[in-house]
Amino acid sequence: MPRELVFVGLGLYNEKDLSLRALETIRKANTVFAELYTSLMPAFHISKLEKLSKKNIILVSRRDLEEEAGQKILDSAKNGITVLLVPGDPLIATTHVDLRIRAEKQGIKTRIIHGASIISAVIGLSGLQNYKYGRSVTVPFTDESSTVETPYRVIKENKRLGLHTLCFLDIKAEEKRYMTIRHGLKALLSMEKTKRKRVVTLGTLAVGVARAGSDNSTVKADYVAGLMNYDFGPPPHSLVFPGRLHFVEAEALVTLAEAPESVKEMVK
Amino acid sequence: MPKFRQTSEILKLMSNKEDIRDIGIIAHIDHGKTTMTDSLLAEAGLLSPKIAGEARALDYLEEEQKRGITIKTANISLLHEMGDKSYVINLIDTPGHVDFTGKVTRALRAIDGAVVVVDAVEEVMVQTETVTRQALAERVKPVLFINKVDRLIRELKLSSDEVQKKLLRIIRDFNNLIEIYGEPEFKSKWKVDAAKGTVAFGSALHKWGFTLDVAQKKGIKFSDIVETYKKEQWEELPKTLPIHAAILDMVVKHHPNPIEAQKYRVPKIWKSDIDSEIGQAMLNCRDDGPTVMCITLAQLDPHAGLVATGRLFSGTVSEGDQVYLVSARKDYRVQQVSMYMGAFREVVGSIGAGNISALLGLDLARAGETLVDIAHRDVMVPFESIKYVSEPVVTIAIEPKHPRELPRLVDAMHRLAIEDPNLVTTINKETGEYLLSGMGELHLEIACKFLKDFTSGTLEIITSKPIVVYRESVSGKGVLAMAKSPNKHNKFWIQVEPLEEKVIEMIEKGDISEIMNRKQMGAILHKEAGWKADEARKVLALEVHRNMLIDATKGVQYMGEVKSTVISGFTWGAESGPLAGEPMRGVKVRLLDVKLHEDPVHRGPAQIMPATRRGLYGSFLTAQPVILEPIYKIGVTVPEQWVGDVSSIITRKRGRIISSEQKGPLTLIKGYIPVAETFGLAADLRSATSGHAFWQTQFDHWEKTPESIASTVIEEIRKRRGLSGDIPRPSKFIDEA
Repeated sequence: MPRELVFVGLGLYNEKDLSLRALETIRKANTVFAELYTSLMPAFHISKLEKLSKKNIILVSRRDLEEEAGQKILDSAKNGITVLLVPGDPLIATTHVDLRIRAEKQGIKTRIIHGASIISAVIGLSGLQNYKYGRSVTVPFTDESSTVETPYRVIKENKRLGLHTLCFLDIKAEEKRYMTIRHGLKALLSMEKTKRKRVVTLGTLAVGVARAGSDNSTVKADYVAGLMNYDFGPPPHSLVFPGRLHFVEAEALVTLAEAPESVKEMVK
Repeated sequence: MPKFRQTSEILKLMSNKEDIRDIGIIAHIDHGKTTMTDSLLAEAGLLSPKIAGEARALDYLEEEQKRGITIKTANISLLHEMGDKSYVINLIDTPGHVDFTGKVTRALRAIDGAVVVVDAVEEVMVQTETVTRQALAERVKPVLFINKVDRLIRELKLSSDEVQKKLLRIIRDFNNLIEIYGEPEFKSKWKVDAAKGTVAFGSALHKWGFTLDVAQKKGIKFSDIVETYKKEQWEELPKTLPIHAAILDMVVKHHPNPIEAQKYRVPKIWKSDIDSEIGQAMLNCRDDGPTVMCITLAQLDPHAGLVATGRLFSGTVSEGDQVYLVSARKDYRVQQVSMYMGAFREVVGSIGAGNISALLGLDLARAGETLVDIAHRDVMVPFESIKYVSEPVVTIAIEPKHPRELPRLVDAMHRLAIEDPNLVTTINKETGEYLLSGMGELHLEIACKFLKDFTSGTLEIITSKPIVVYRESVSGKGVLAMAKSPNKHNKFWIQVEPLEEKVIEMIEKGDISEIMNRKQMGAILHKEAGWKADEARKVLALEVHRNMLIDATKGVQYMGEVKSTVISGFTWGAESGPLAGEPMRGVKVRLLDVKLHEDPVHRGPAQIMPATRRGLYGSFLTAQPVILEPIYKIGVTVPEQWVGDVSSIITRKRGRIISSEQKGPLTLIKGYIPVAETFGLAADLRSATSGHAFWQTQFDHWEKTPESIASTVIEEIRKRRGLSGDIPRPSKFIDEA
């Protein structure tokens, strides 16, 4: 019996984002696990995928995956083809690489079937060139003593190099809490108050992207003051802080993301 | 009848310090303290015309009940007229229980005289002894009131001769206490004597009482009282022998005023330079000296917020004053200054030395706090530094009888925790139980009674059996344990070892504390405990159960951002050790290295806290872990014939005797006994000595639980907590590189 662990990306929106190759793999698999805590897929229903693939899918929580079930998945992979379904692209912006390493160390072959990633979706929607992005970073919820010090610093460092910053906004799937663009900006503005490095002010240009990869995604570029009051609709949300703009990027922001005309004056 | 006076008139009286007495009533439980306080208040309570107006149609006490004010306020001021003079008597509420820790002394600190109430039927009991001993230790002068004399006549049907014999025995026993516990220069002066008028007899319930000198003047003999009862005419007694006159006359004549008292009390209760400016001002009870107040009680008033009541030893406190709380280390503005009129607070602009006052606006004030004016904040030595010597070692779980009453229970427990700093209230997150921990079985019983009192008896509660609190510690150095976070992208290297006894002592003495500046703490640890200078400066956290976390990492990126989460993880682990979920004690935890994920969500609290705890547990389990049990110091006073019985009970219960001294006809046996063995001790001692043993227990120290029973103890706690059978292996918490 073939034994392997396949990481399958689910894409961004609903079960139809799955590639045909992915669907085939699921159908052939002995066991199928899914984690849905690392991202929010607005129209994804596990029951629909079960119907489509004619497979029973075992849902695992963060706790499960990080504590006991990690081993459960590996044990299952030792006995047949095992699939772990992960939103987006399975090894991007997740920590699942640890599971992959552990699998290989235990003699289990691993494979990845990629899905559309939030990174390519947001970068594409923003109209900003991916060659010019610096480090990406998550803006965490600031309860439980976390701070947004790191995102603030990352944006600052990227800007210094003229690079754009993609900010993921924290999600707590277990509590059904998804950070909005307004919330993320507010957190960064309050960090600005302490740091005073003029990294994120009301006059800073930013791009908000909501529901990237879905049928009804929203993209809006504006100064922070304007974005704070813009209605982006339901989550998931992401943010981009542009660095130095190329003239095509400025034009894309104005034409595709409703940026104010004044943005074109920022091109150097 | 309560006395109606203008506030201004009372203030004038209060400025005349010779006419003030600051006193307390102390007693064994149920010996009649409350009844006596009630009858004093009913007859001599002070009322301002404003309150009197509101109270017009009603009896004073009824009015109190209607307003839902219990008589158990911090202070009650009485007005007593003797001869042609008026005296203000401040009656301070002393805790209704003995907490065996010496913290009852906070209330005693505010008073100069004590009326010790003894039940004529039960005679001198355990708590009579304890509170008298504590009063004497604070140089509080006692007088004696022998209560419930009616019961000797009506219930025990004793003859007049027999009554007098019993009363003499009580006086003798009481003086015996003064002999044992009094300081040499005071004990002969302070022994009570019926002939001198320092003993009163009576019945608080029937509102009569007398001292021998008064009775003689009025030509009344004991046999007359006995006769009156036989004729069922005891209602007549208060008319000729009103109790308030008997007690308050005794107080005015035999208790010192603040100027007299502070001369010999301040050197005893304040351990600093008596020749300093503050020392001299307190010694002489000066209104124009620095403001120094000892807070004796903090109460939560639903309308006014925190009410801090205490005694002003020096200076004048006024509304708007900037003051400093020495233990809380906080500046405050006094929002309101009140004095007590009866049991009500009456707002006054300011109040002078020697008096009792209630202050509003000091949110962090707790019993035992020392208040000083801001100008002297840096030179004031507190009456007591906040110490951690007493530890709550017995716990019960409390739940309301009706689940919908839970919010009321939570409110009442919150109030309890503020008003009795020796109680700890916690919520068991796993079971949702509300836990109350205190000094011992009795302390918790009384606390439960308070819970009912707070709600005027309307809250019904169910309590569990008392259980002993243990500690987990290490006796050796553990391995350097590496633990990964759940997502395996963060690593922590942690190593534990026993915290030096010397350092534990420094924590308990308050020499070092969590709120202390780390540089300063580092200097102390380096100098006093011989710690390496660089590590001494890097104490990340000093946890409440005497565990320390030290940051021994060097140049870790993002360390600043995860510090508070690391501390939370450490505290989480220290609160509940791996042996049985009991708090750790005396563990020194060194964080040696940390590797973190780049992105903040992958090194959030959900990752860092479990990793820190795992590392701590892992190293702990390899450091020869031990379970510690609380040990009481026990003192038993018993007539010589039962000394053998008492000793054998103590030894049978794993205790040991350290001394045995002859104190007159009694022997005082001192020793140690594990708290776990003391449930049921009362019954054993009582039956073995036919009720002749008086004893007290007091938490003394933690001791390694004997190996023969340690595993049983751990097993039982694990079972109670619903933990799996065996102690986990270290490998469960240690990851491989």
